Formats: sequence, structure tokens, C-alpha cells
Amino acid sequence: MLEVKDMAMSRDEIFQKVQEVLVDALGVDEDEVTAKATLMADLGAESIDFLDIVFRLEKAFAIKIPREELFPAESLMNNPELISNGKLTAVGLAELRTRMPHTDITEFQKDPSINKLGSLFTVNAIVNYIDIKLKK
Amino acid sequence: MRWIWIDKFVEFNSGQSAVAIKNVTLAEEHLHDHFPGFPVMPECLMIEAMAQTAGILVGEAKKFQEKVILAKIKKCVFFDYVKPGDTLKIEANIESIAPEAAGTTGKITRQEQLIAEIDLMFSHIDKNLGGKKFPEENFVFTDTFKSLMQGITN
Repeated sequence: MLEVKDMAMSRDEIFQKVQEVLVDALGVDEDEVTAKATLMADLGAESIDFLDIVFRLEKAFAIKIPREELFPAESLMNNPELISNGKLTAVGLAELRTRMPHTDITEFQKDPSINKLGSLFTVNAIVNYIDIKLKK
Repeated sequence: MRWIWIDKFVEFNSGQSAVAIKNVTLAEEHLHDHFPGFPVMPECLMIEAMAQTAGILVGEAKKFQEKVILAKIKKCVFFDYVKPGDTLKIEANIESIAPEAAGTTGKITRQEQLIAEIDLMFSHIDKNLGGKKFPEENFVFTDTFKSLMQGITN
């Protein structure tokens, strides 16, 4: 019997499933869930939705997702070494790169204000995360 | 909990599922306004019955150490009206449980007829709202609801 992990899932297949999860969890339409859409600003996700999304992703892909791995914002934000004047320091940015290799920080690093951390959580970031996780 | 909206547990499988019953009575004053001449149980109160059944199930799974708060209604669908004199059976199942939160599925029936399907998400608030402090004592699981638990816990 083929398990999900044995069949290398294509990026498109992963995107389809992630799209379904977000439509169910956030009550948005499929056409709103584009690759670049941000979870919070575009799709209206709140903190409890993040937990719901993690549970559903675990179920959909048969993997375990430690919450801090997919959405590590909390421990980043509470560490004074990584933040200065409301922005991530160089050390903070390096930490971000290590902990969130699934996100694209090109735009964010131009003005790394912690208020903008939410903009890193895009649909694409989730797809990247799942892709990396399934390949392990 | 200070306002108990379920009458009794008839089944309790720790960490898995629970069934409670609630009798709907014309003595519930809000029914006189909802609606005058046509008393029906407000759907939000059916959700409350499920939230209490599922919330206690989730709380008991962690020995009532967590402050379990209803955080999200994932789904609720209603199929028929509930009237005074009805006895509702509220069944809840734990779908997932983690240190910070839990998800439940459930249904409400009246004599085998499906009345509602309600899926909920609960938050263990001490583990969740980083930085915010809550009172030490567990204000969710107070003594008031303990009579419900008699007879079902060992």
C-alpha cells in the first residue's frame, strides 16, 4: 500500500491541499488563497486560526508539525537580543533565516519591523515548509 | 463555570468522548421571548451546551490543570428546531489535543434525530497568550460544576 510519503508530492499537489486546508480553516474562497496571500492581512487569520491550521495540516499530510517550527514568531519576539527599537537586529535576522527557511525575507529585511513579521506568513511559506518536511 | 447548561453526563471516556443530556423546559425564561407564542431554543445556547460538554471532556483529559476556553467555532449546522419538553443528547469527541489547544467534533440529537453538528476549538490560555497573566486559580473549572462530575470520574 502506498503511503503519502512514498509518492513524492509535487509542489502543485501540496499547494492544492494547503489551499483546501486554508479554505476550511479560515472560511475564505478558493480564489482568495493565492501563493502570495498573507495569512493575517489578506486571509484574516488570527492566533487561534494558526493552531487550527497546524492541526489540519498535520492531518492532511500525515506529519507532525511542532508549532514553533512553522510559526516561530513568539519566541523571536520575546527575545531582547533579537529586537531593538521594534526592529529585528542583525542577529535577529540571522535567527529568522535559520528558523524560517521556508519564508522569503527579501522584502522584510528592508524594514525588519516586528509589526511586519506577520507579512512573512504567506501561503507560499506554508507550501515551502510542507515541501521541505515531506522530503526529509 | 458558574452557569451550568447541561444536566448530566451519561457517558464519559476520558480523553476520547463524552455524552451529556440537557432537558429543555418552558421554565427557562428566555424562551418566553424567543419567540413569543413559539418557544424554540436559541442555536447559540445549543453551541453553549456543546461547548460545556466538550470543554469538560478536554479539561478532564488534562486533569483540569489547564484553563480551557472556547476559542473558535469551526462548524455548526442545525437541522431542526428544539422545543420545550425535548431532551437533547450532546455527544462530543476529541479530534486533536496539544499542549496549547484542542479540537472537538460533536453532534446533538433528540431521540435519534440529528439536530446539530458542532465542531469546536479550545485554547489552553496559560499556554497561549504569551506574556498575559491570568489569575493563578483555575477560574474555568470551579466547584460549581463538580456535581456534574460525580459518578463519572473514578
